[in-house]
Amino acid sequence: MNSGTVHWTRKDLLGLRELSVEEINLVLETADAFKQVGTREVKKVPALQGKTLINLFIEPSTRTRTSFELAAKRLSADIVNISAAASSLTKGETLKDTARVLEANHADIIVLRHSSAGAPQFLASRIASSVINAGDGAHEHPTQGLLDLYTIREKKGTVAGLHVAIIGDILFSRVARSNIFALLKMGARVTLVGPSTLVPREFEQLGVAVSHNLEEVLPTVDVVNLLRIQHERQRKEYFPGLGEYIRLFGLTKARARLLRPDCLIMHPGPINRGVELDSELADGAQSVILDQVTNGLAVRMAVLYLCGGIATR
Amino acid sequence: MRTFIRNGRIIDPANGRDEVGDLLIVDGRIGEKSAINDQQSEIEEIDAAGLIVSPGLIDMHVHFREPGFGWKETIESGARAAAAGGFTTVVCMPNTSPVADSPSTIAWIKDRAAEVAAVHVLPTGAISKNLGGEELAPIGSLAQAGVVAITDDGRCIQNNELMRRAVEYARMVGVPVLDHCQDYDLVGHGVVHEGYWSTLLGLPGWPAAGEEAIVARNILLAELCDHRIHCQHISAAGSVRLLREARARGVKISGEVCPHHIALTDEAIQNFDTDCKMNPPLRTQRDIDALLEGIADGTLEILASDHAPHAKFEKEVEFDAAPFGIVGLETELGLFLDLLVHRHRRIALPRLIEMLTVNPAKLLGLKCGTLSLGAVADVTLIDPDLEWTVDAGAFQSASRNTPFHGWKLRGRAIRTIVAGKTVWQL
Repeated sequence: MNSGTVHWTRKDLLGLRELSVEEINLVLETADAFKQVGTREVKKVPALQGKTLINLFIEPSTRTRTSFELAAKRLSADIVNISAAASSLTKGETLKDTARVLEANHADIIVLRHSSAGAPQFLASRIASSVINAGDGAHEHPTQGLLDLYTIREKKGTVAGLHVAIIGDILFSRVARSNIFALLKMGARVTLVGPSTLVPREFEQLGVAVSHNLEEVLPTVDVVNLLRIQHERQRKEYFPGLGEYIRLFGLTKARARLLRPDCLIMHPGPINRGVELDSELADGAQSVILDQVTNGLAVRMAVLYLCGGIATR
Repeated sequence: MRTFIRNGRIIDPANGRDEVGDLLIVDGRIGEKSAINDQQSEIEEIDAAGLIVSPGLIDMHVHFREPGFGWKETIESGARAAAAGGFTTVVCMPNTSPVADSPSTIAWIKDRAAEVAAVHVLPTGAISKNLGGEELAPIGSLAQAGVVAITDDGRCIQNNELMRRAVEYARMVGVPVLDHCQDYDLVGHGVVHEGYWSTLLGLPGWPAAGEEAIVARNILLAELCDHRIHCQHISAAGSVRLLREARARGVKISGEVCPHHIALTDEAIQNFDTDCKMNPPLRTQRDIDALLEGIADGTLEILASDHAPHAKFEKEVEFDAAPFGIVGLETELGLFLDLLVHRHRRIALPRLIEMLTVNPAKLLGLKCGTLSLGAVADVTLIDPDLEWTVDAGAFQSASRNTPFHGWKLRGRAIRTIVAGKTVWQL
């Protein structure tokens, strides 16, 4: 499982911006091994037996929390789920105190979902437990970035040299940022597409291209990664409405005909069918959306194993 | 009681004085040197060779948190921090609890300061009731109670009509208006400068235009009302440009600069350090260059700290949730000396002292800020070349929220004299 000379020395996984190409490859290779576990009759290995994992989800999430929970169970860890509503944070306790209480209960790994960018960095520097970022504000969602990378690599054989379009609400998207950091590191070309209010030109400084013309971009890409328009979070000044969004940036069947036949359609979910992505395309031959979910499990097993497993310390 | 300060370089910009000489303090006031020969009282001698003898420094922008937030800072601890930083006069912002929007609160602050403060602590009053931005505070009564200016600092009146009436009214009662320039709609929930780092880190951005829009508004209102509006803690290049143009036309508008806005760029937030979270936020090198240019050409004529103490437990939270602001009094002079005089060589020492003494005194109509004969003997002795390392643990302030811990600086105050009495000494 260990690839050559690369060793995982990190206690935490906070983001993909700070990872090296070697470290990313190590996670992906480790995930390869764990993916096979999912196909076995008995889907469980003892890698984290006796370890305690806390899913600390200060911001609601179903799919990511479930994925982490299943990943931890398959590694034989003990798991406790804490949601914002059920935590002492609603009683005025600070995040630091909440985490220290969990640490005092011998939590080995804390998986944190939080609405504030930087919250995982904040925790990781203050407690000895491993901290895994399960999404912090609009900052990073590293396991999503890794599972997207894993899926692209699985389907295309490599990531280097590919052209990936990330379409939608980039400004508020942690998925976009983790994807941008990882894809650029791995040698892909990235174009961001969306309304100018949600894809401001500052992103060009990150080393990506910015386009507001979907038709121009679609024929040139190997992967489209569609992001959900988070209309519940956005004030109405960011774009005139869903109708206009679909007209300008929705991946409709007509627009999908501009895609190369082997172009992958990805989406981190949850999908707004008929908004950013046509419903039939979501279930079509080019869609790898459910592969992303399955791979997410393997990638999260790999991350938990590397950060919290015996292999590390 | 007499004090004789020998052989210092006396810099008194109010009197155009810059020479090596002696200064005599008699009974708390600057005295005639001939009085040295009077035998009536004992004399303390201070050898100031190699030191600057400056009028006591003035910081017209501090938060001493009392009444209401004594765990962050008290008038007593804040005044000690001021003394340790070389400041003999400070001007307190009104965002206390209760807000300083009534004569009784002003009276309380003045009484408290008279009782416990090592330096002169001068209150400002709120422009609007409870800083709500909706109704005028009793500005006339506040002026009678002794406020030196009115301001809603920390907040900004968004209603241009209300601001206009406040400025007109302030003109009648003879107090300047200080304004924290922030357009709420443009800034939204912004916590850091909107630019590369906010984009990279996914933190809500605070665009420079959010400051510039209000600076422009204030220029128009200062012109309309023919009364002074002073723009606090200017952070953006565009604001400097607007101020320069307006001042050239003679508009009664001015701006101040804080040390952090020329010492750090927004790159400092990359590890989500809440001690780098301030309002207005740290901006770019381009903005720093414009601020330095504005300081050099006189567009920005006042330096201040925006000393904003917060307890560790308040700052030790998620970046979004942390309060804005840093303590500044004890690093201010060192940073300005180091950055403006030594490192960037943008201004000479006398100009620096002018910006920290006579300029704020003039703006606020204070008698201090000079070493004129007969003036209250507020004096700061400065070693402009002393190399020292900032140690937040040794601060006199009740709070430690600074991004400058461990910084090596050149130059600091080594003795602070208020009304003839040494209140702090290195």
